[in-house]
Amino acid sequence: MATYTLVRSSRFLAGIKCPFTSLVHVTKGTVATAVIGSRLLHNSRWYSISHLSVQDRIEEKRRAALVGGGQKRIDAQHKRGKLTARERIDLLMDPESFVEYDMFVEHRCADFGMEADHNKYPGDSVVTGQGRINGRLAYVFSQDFTVFGGSLSGAHAQKICKIMDQAMMVGAPVIGLNDSGGARIQEGVESLAGYADIFLRNVMASGVVPQISLIMGPCAGGAVYSPALTDFTFMVKDTSYLFITGPDVVKSVTNEDVTQEELGGARTHTAVSGVAHRAFENDVDALLNLRNFFNFLPLSNKDPAPVTECHDPSDRLVPGLDTLVPFESTKAYDMLDIIHGIVDERDFFEIMPNYAKNIVVGFARMNGRTVGIVGNQPKVASGTGAAYCRACCLDINSSVKGARFVRFCDAFNIPIITFVDVPGFLPGTAQEYGGIIRHGAKLLFAFAEATVPKITVITRKAYGGAYDVMSSKHLRGDVNYAWPSAEVAVMGAKGAVQIIFRGKENQAEAEAEYVETFANPFPAAVRGFVDDIIQPSTTRKRICRDLEVLASKKQTNPWKKHANIPL
Amino acid sequence: PSVGGAQVNVLEVRGERGLRNTAIVHVSVVFRTPTHLWVLQVSYPEWGLFHTCACVCVCVFPQVHVKMADEAVCVGPAPTSKSYLNMDAIMDAIRQTGAQAVHPGYGFLSENKEFARRLAAEGVTFIGPDTHAIQAMGDKIESKLIAKAARVNTIPGFDGVVKWRRADECRCVCLLGYPVMIKASAGGGGKGMRIAWSDDETREGFRFSSQEAASSFGDDRLLIEKYIDNPRHIEIQVLADKHGNALWLNERECSIQRRNQKVVEEAPSTFLDPATRRAMGEQAVSLAKAVQYSSAGTVEFLVDSKKNFYFLEMNTRLQVEHPITECITGLDLVQQMIRIAKGYKLQHKQEDIPINGWAIESRVYAEDPYKSFGLPSIGRLSQYEEPVRLSGVRVDSGIQEGSDISIYYDPMISKLVAYGASRADALKKMEAALDNYVIRGVTHNIPLLREIIVHPRFVAGDISTNFLPEVYPDGFKGHPLSAGDRRELLAAAAALHIAAQLRSQRFLGEQRVSAAAQERRHWELCLELEKSVHMLAVSHSRGTYTVEVDGEKVEVSGEWNLASALLPLSINGSHKVLQCLTRSPAGDISLQYLGTTFKVRVLSVLAASLSKHMPEKLPEDTSSILRSPMPGTVVGVAVKPGDTVAVGQEICVIEAMKMQNSMTAAKTAKVKSVHCKTGETVGEGDLLVELE
Repeated sequence: MATYTLVRSSRFLAGIKCPFTSLVHVTKGTVATAVIGSRLLHNSRWYSISHLSVQDRIEEKRRAALVGGGQKRIDAQHKRGKLTARERIDLLMDPESFVEYDMFVEHRCADFGMEADHNKYPGDSVVTGQGRINGRLAYVFSQDFTVFGGSLSGAHAQKICKIMDQAMMVGAPVIGLNDSGGARIQEGVESLAGYADIFLRNVMASGVVPQISLIMGPCAGGAVYSPALTDFTFMVKDTSYLFITGPDVVKSVTNEDVTQEELGGARTHTAVSGVAHRAFENDVDALLNLRNFFNFLPLSNKDPAPVTECHDPSDRLVPGLDTLVPFESTKAYDMLDIIHGIVDERDFFEIMPNYAKNIVVGFARMNGRTVGIVGNQPKVASGTGAAYCRACCLDINSSVKGARFVRFCDAFNIPIITFVDVPGFLPGTAQEYGGIIRHGAKLLFAFAEATVPKITVITRKAYGGAYDVMSSKHLRGDVNYAWPSAEVAVMGAKGAVQIIFRGKENQAEAEAEYVETFANPFPAAVRGFVDDIIQPSTTRKRICRDLEVLASKKQTNPWKKHANIPL
Repeated sequence: PSVGGAQVNVLEVRGERGLRNTAIVHVSVVFRTPTHLWVLQVSYPEWGLFHTCACVCVCVFPQVHVKMADEAVCVGPAPTSKSYLNMDAIMDAIRQTGAQAVHPGYGFLSENKEFARRLAAEGVTFIGPDTHAIQAMGDKIESKLIAKAARVNTIPGFDGVVKWRRADECRCVCLLGYPVMIKASAGGGGKGMRIAWSDDETREGFRFSSQEAASSFGDDRLLIEKYIDNPRHIEIQVLADKHGNALWLNERECSIQRRNQKVVEEAPSTFLDPATRRAMGEQAVSLAKAVQYSSAGTVEFLVDSKKNFYFLEMNTRLQVEHPITECITGLDLVQQMIRIAKGYKLQHKQEDIPINGWAIESRVYAEDPYKSFGLPSIGRLSQYEEPVRLSGVRVDSGIQEGSDISIYYDPMISKLVAYGASRADALKKMEAALDNYVIRGVTHNIPLLREIIVHPRFVAGDISTNFLPEVYPDGFKGHPLSAGDRRELLAAAAALHIAAQLRSQRFLGEQRVSAAAQERRHWELCLELEKSVHMLAVSHSRGTYTVEVDGEKVEVSGEWNLASALLPLSINGSHKVLQCLTRSPAGDISLQYLGTTFKVRVLSVLAASLSKHMPEKLPEDTSSILRSPMPGTVVGVAVKPGDTVAVGQEICVIEAMKMQNSMTAAKTAKVKSVHCKTGETVGEGDLLVELE
């Protein structure tokens, strides 16, 4: 719990304290005038405590809930370039589809003057409910920064837990729109308990329904672990931050000078830490993109991958692919050219496009059906060292990135298509000391345990252990193809010749012999390790056909409590 | 190999089977990417005749267009000096394949007399003129003398050197009449060149030119010629055999140029009357005869506003723009060249040569027309569809989807030819062809081509070689939208947006989808185009969208195939082909409309109203950084960190597609860091130099 004490002194909480005094009067004032007018019209039962009818009180509460922390705080939120919790939900959900839960819930804290009427906001600091995104059900919570800085109270947590429980029961994704200063300090342990309740549900829901976090403001301290437990974390550039401790605390503990943006901004988390999966320009852009992303996902682990109407012919040939892989095997090409050419309408939603760029992962559709795509990226060198040796090698970061993506697809019935061009794992002390062995094992583990349809295309190099890892036939690949440019071997010609023909005079001749024997798809094809050698231009057609066949694939792993992936 | 109405003629020509028994059954074609393929395509398989062999460089070796040839030989790596200009390699290739004849294509060795001589020495037929004709016409002064002797109009002027003497000066000016051009004899690149409109200017021009010539070339001799103001560039196609027969195949007007490179050509010219045409044709033929020309050749003329024409030069090869002549005459020039090379007599008489219809050629370049009418761009053609389905349209290209446009060659993607019964018909077909041409992955000049062919001056035939700078004095800015255009474009964008939205709600086999969203029939949208905001009301029934834009109703209907690159629509009943380049989930749509790409932002009214709260992202300060405006090679860096540079001072030079471009400083500042070095390849937008 050290983190929480550190949070206490961070600059966010200073900001949260200000609304306590300044805003409440405004809210109260407006409500009061509205009430006087309507009192005479209703001849309902009178409550002694408020002199208002139930109907009036309901309306009063609803009105109060809709303005959250009041107009002044809303304006301040807008001024920061951020939308309010409700505006965000309106943009995310189909028009008029949102059904709100727990609008009347209020916090229960009685310490530090929190019990006063002006410190109570109907709905507290979060808006929760369910609605439709392109007609499909989704649960959503949206933290309201205008109410106590979006800080998490027991009631706030309880509201989130309620929709998560229901989402798991009906089988629908949970989307969190995070904008919170952290724990509500006045509530003490109740707030911490709230976090833990959410964490538990995040874990229980993991693999049951897709969980998406969109960070749209600060998210600091223990709060960061909820997004970290969800399947996807997206951020808004310039206005969102994720960190365990803020810059002030960092300064006092490690004496590092760092800005919020550098410490936990969108750029940091999408390019350096790998915490976030993608960043968007602003709130509007993020929410519209989230709607688009949502269409790729099944509603739960019991639902098949969604199939949308598709205008792209499934038997379309892609002539450009026949000439894509360069003649010289040391020359780079862009794996995204292959992916864009093969998938429906060149529509590829890349996950973590700026992190571990030597592997490409993301969602696309084949003949309308969502697929997960994993591909080595020859265009990008990994780590440090000679550029060519590093091209598209697997390293620690790319293994972890790939593994997590493969596991998501497997959990949610999304077929996996793997494009292989990998000369091996990245050598060097940095990688070995960093534990490339156990991290690389994650990707191996993920591919091996996956039971969804797995289709693999070897576009060029598939060398060494990395060949095994990349969804090879031996890891239960359903359909494994090689392009004519494929080379499946233990290692490249140069290295191999130095071992096999050690001391031999004519290395060039030996190399040529090795190339002749191994630098082609035949050694793998004659053994049945690839099912066919295909013309690159027919790849889309072949995969679409295979996916149709594999749609009814049934495969189960042995019973176990859970597997023990090398974490 | 022709289009439209000209087909009949071609068939007639092909009916002749005389070549079947000839010895030329194996033709080598020296070509490069992308446009030389035509020669391969016309290898007359219906004659059962040719075994074609392509000599290509390594960078295109595995590429598709090589497939068109029966055989391909790699002649070296990408730089042309090591491949297409490498005579030894090409001679080896010819020997290796046993080729009996060589068609040199355009450019490279096509006008190289040494190449022709070496082929002759090996007993290989050169499909082109004789060596001496190549040599005679290759030299500017000699060709002018020959032309003069053959009574061809040449630009009046002193053939000899004009000395710095008053008498001479006056005499020649009297002879020529103003304006005159004063040129350094040893000159080149515009140095030592002056145009004079009066005696005073002539005197001044003489002084400056001779000084400049002396300092630049160490040679102050000057030439004086009549200056042809606002000329047209019109050329005559000639065809001559080895038996002294020659024909002129009418003219091609090639006045639309940028930086002396042709952009749009047409045949015939709107400007020539039959008498002028005949006079030009006859002079061209007499020149060809004067040099015992054989094969196809082109005599270029400058034509002034009074229809006076002057010989410029003769090209002793097949021209890039030859298809338009084929269209209107029905002759297949490549076939004729092969016949002539084999020693056959011409099949036609001058009176057999018709002008049937009108043909227009647009040169589609991989270049950005918004930067001085075209700076090269490179990239991979991620999508590429030629409008060959349209009638009367011919596309000569050597590329296909997936091809790379590299920095090593000139950036031509294709020659797009439209042929019609009349000029108006041909222009209509060209419009449709440009609208239906799908090129993705590289920047191309279709916006400019599409604007030129509909420009009132071009349509009226009022053109000259200065057309582009005159019509677009501030540079090309894309299609200017009229109020009507704007409404159409907005309506199309709105309809496309809704069609995509509706589709994204259609899931197959999904039980748990709410129908509410599908039942919606009315939308209110907010569109942003060129910084102005429009509110639109859209309603939908059975594929037709009724869009209310600025108080007017526009009906848009179409198939709404969202996977297709082309978007054929009916807008208020008229057929329009748009192209959707990108469509982002956040409502940004790029639409190619009337050739130009427009960016439209389509948002729901709610999203638009909330967008006003979004922070403005600050654009990068570009005055202190220098980025490469195009992909290319750094051929020189003039500064190093710590240097102080002044505004306009040259910082480095980038060479791209045979052009050198000087990069200059935008402000006076100290150089902070240099990110490029000589010999390095840079991409568009790459950081070159940072200033403080």
